[in-house]
Amino acid sequence: MATINFSVNGTSHAIDTDPLRRLLDILREDLKLTGVKEGCGEGECGACSVLKNGILVNSCMIPIGTCEGTEIITPEGLRETVQGKAIIDAYGESGAVQCGFCTPGMMMATEALLRKNPSPSEGEAREALSGNLCRCTGYDMIIDGVLKAAERGKGLW
Amino acid sequence: MNKKISTSIKRVDAGIKTGGAARYIGDIPFDGLLYGKIVRSSRARATIKSVSVPALPEGYYYIDAKDIPSGGRNRIEMIKDDWPVFADEQVRFIGETLGLLVGPDRKELNRLRDEVQVEYEDLTPVFSIEESEALKGGPIHGEDNTYADYRLKKGDPDAAFAKAARVIEDTVRTGFQEHIYMEPQGVVARTEDDGKLGIFFSGQCPFYVRHAVSATMGVPEDQVRVQQAVTGGAFGGKEHYPDVISTPLAVAARKIGKPIGLFFDRVEDISFTPKRHPSVTRFKTALDEEGNILGMDIDVRIDAGAYESCSMVVLQRAIFSVNSVYNIPNVKIRGRAFATNNVPSDAYRGFGAPQGLFAIEAHMSHLARAIKVDELKLKQQYLLKQGDVTVTNGRIHEEVKLPEIIQRIDEMSGYSKKLKEYTPGSWKGVGVSLFNHGSGFTGNGEQEIIKGVVKMRKRADGLVDLLVSNVEMGQGLQTTFRKIAAMVLELPVDSVVYNDPNTDLVPDSGPTCASRSIAVVGYLVQEAAKKLKDRWKESDIVEVRQQYEPPEGLIPWDQANLQGDAYPSYGWGANVIEVEVDPLTYEVTTKGIWAVHDVGVAIDEKVVEGQVDGGIIQALGYGSLEKLEVKEGRFQQKTMADYTIPTTMDFPKIKSALVDNPYEYGPFGAKGAGELVFDGAAAAFADAVQMAINGDVKQIPVTPEYIMEVREDGNN
Repeated sequence: MATINFSVNGTSHAIDTDPLRRLLDILREDLKLTGVKEGCGEGECGACSVLKNGILVNSCMIPIGTCEGTEIITPEGLRETVQGKAIIDAYGESGAVQCGFCTPGMMMATEALLRKNPSPSEGEAREALSGNLCRCTGYDMIIDGVLKAAERGKGLW
Repeated sequence: MNKKISTSIKRVDAGIKTGGAARYIGDIPFDGLLYGKIVRSSRARATIKSVSVPALPEGYYYIDAKDIPSGGRNRIEMIKDDWPVFADEQVRFIGETLGLLVGPDRKELNRLRDEVQVEYEDLTPVFSIEESEALKGGPIHGEDNTYADYRLKKGDPDAAFAKAARVIEDTVRTGFQEHIYMEPQGVVARTEDDGKLGIFFSGQCPFYVRHAVSATMGVPEDQVRVQQAVTGGAFGGKEHYPDVISTPLAVAARKIGKPIGLFFDRVEDISFTPKRHPSVTRFKTALDEEGNILGMDIDVRIDAGAYESCSMVVLQRAIFSVNSVYNIPNVKIRGRAFATNNVPSDAYRGFGAPQGLFAIEAHMSHLARAIKVDELKLKQQYLLKQGDVTVTNGRIHEEVKLPEIIQRIDEMSGYSKKLKEYTPGSWKGVGVSLFNHGSGFTGNGEQEIIKGVVKMRKRADGLVDLLVSNVEMGQGLQTTFRKIAAMVLELPVDSVVYNDPNTDLVPDSGPTCASRSIAVVGYLVQEAAKKLKDRWKESDIVEVRQQYEPPEGLIPWDQANLQGDAYPSYGWGANVIEVEVDPLTYEVTTKGIWAVHDVGVAIDEKVVEGQVDGGIIQALGYGSLEKLEVKEGRFQQKTMADYTIPTTMDFPKIKSALVDNPYEYGPFGAKGAGELVFDGAAAAFADAVQMAINGDVKQIPVTPEYIMEVREDGNN
């Protein structure tokens, strides 16, 4: 057992737990942040994507012991920001959402991309989201959503 | 085009899903939830001698067939009821449910599961269609290992073959496909405050679950309440399988008296849930001196796995699809579904049609190559037209707009021009496929089995309740059903209340499958809305009901002989795909994807386009990447790292269009779309590859390894 001090969506937490537990389980089970989804549990699908100190990570691959002092942003945090709202709107208008299970992770990957590159090309958007799998959409409308968010939200990132 | 209905609106569920606020089955809090873990067979075919469960810590339970209440049955009542809830004396596949461990800690459950000792007496298993047909180890099912053995005849095939100048034989194979819905299977069962058994699940068919659970528990159906949770994709994989896991869970929840959740992780989901049926289709085609097709003799075999479930219906759709859009004058077809000791095969988007359609498209392309004619010209010579006879001696009742579809896709893709420009074998290729898909249940399923009912209620607050059992699972039904009702009632879309169905609150409008939700149930929604509009001023609260009736003018269906109109209407389509093949590695790069479909009228253009995009990419996975091998009854790929589905990087942007063709008995003229859009891409991809490498492609997935085999076989 260890005490892990970290911040999630701007709120500080001190959690006594097994340091080998997955960040995904801490978020879903202890903090009830169920916008983070488990699609594969092995870092392949990206449904559990969160930002750890601004870097896009698969939370199923992160032991909580490595999160001491870090700042985590989940879909619940991002959706309250102007950037998050811009992505949500752009996804809705682009038809990017079907079953929705991959979509919160897609939103996190989109945020991570736009922070680094606020006006990506289609190819750059495809590359940035290539770690997030979707079985419904065939991706075209998700990519449209990313490009629309960049265009509409110009100046936000 | 009915502009008003087809014009896209923002999906009603987009915001709540993107922000992570939508609650899927694993996101719903249940007080005091225990977890279930299935104890599975490690043998493919064996007699169970004994099961020894370790001493269980307090608060842990082992549930098996002995816990089924008196009056209940150890059978999962799906279309067939041969699949037991808990294995009965024998096991028939690796992963079959022996029992269920229940307790508070999932790690502890895994430990306990590994300590369950099972003593087996092994029997000789069969793992392929060929071994099954040879009755290796004695039959698993009946006397000949076939769950179904059908024969169809149209015209006079024997006379056609007697006249033939030449007979061409061809065998085409398709593989397993795993659904990879992004959300794995999950279900929760508990006893409700009113004493009913409550089931919460991710899936397609709430009333299927209710029926199966009530039969297992031996209680009336209204003593089981099923609530669908937001569902993270299904594609057929959550049509029947939720019955397989909710039945043992119900037994446990009733006995233990606490809520229990059963949630699969991805490895368990890939390893033990059903897949698309593998198929082997053998053609013999009789040609005259000029290369005209006189007749076909077709033998379709599918691997149905260890239990029948719905395989005979999948087989029906496969054989009804194996002449696709072609009017071949004289045909005989045999179709057989074989029992094997593989994981049972079951529903997957297309339900047998993708296998049949791939087979005939591959065969037509091979015929064209063999007799050295233009493939599209050969196909155009035999296109079905309105009034033509189908392989079940039914008729095509609607106008067939394939000529317009073909012209349109040729303009969009430059197919004919590229066909002239590229030399076969130059590592560049362009391929085409044509296809159709019957909307709704096969044969008389809608009127004899489903008998769908829709209700609609004007509420005192001016909102309208839309009461149906069909579910949103990603395909956009929350949006399209509301649009249909709202447009008839001339109300804003958000005045229509349509919740995820609860079987206590909605009538049984049937399952969410078979491209029936819009085509069949959507029409009932439209008709109910018309009734409600007429009676709007009667009172503050007005409720109307609409029951399915078959369209007029159909040739009645004879289920015993599979004769008549198998489907009242069809969607139609064409795909063109362009590829380049690396001459050293045989890796295929897709350079372009084009699609034109007739889905009647789009209820929402963006929703249909989303189906087109997603269906085509899923089908390209089926046709190229998604290799799933079975060895001694175990899938060799069981993670998302080794069973690879398409990513954002694998295929270019799709260019698609719709051809308007309103259908009288569809809402605003709409027909089914969800499966049609899956049906053509694998064949167009394979066709493009065979041009690029100048060799016949006879199986999917078309992997680089398979391309190497074709090349080394000397352009077979």
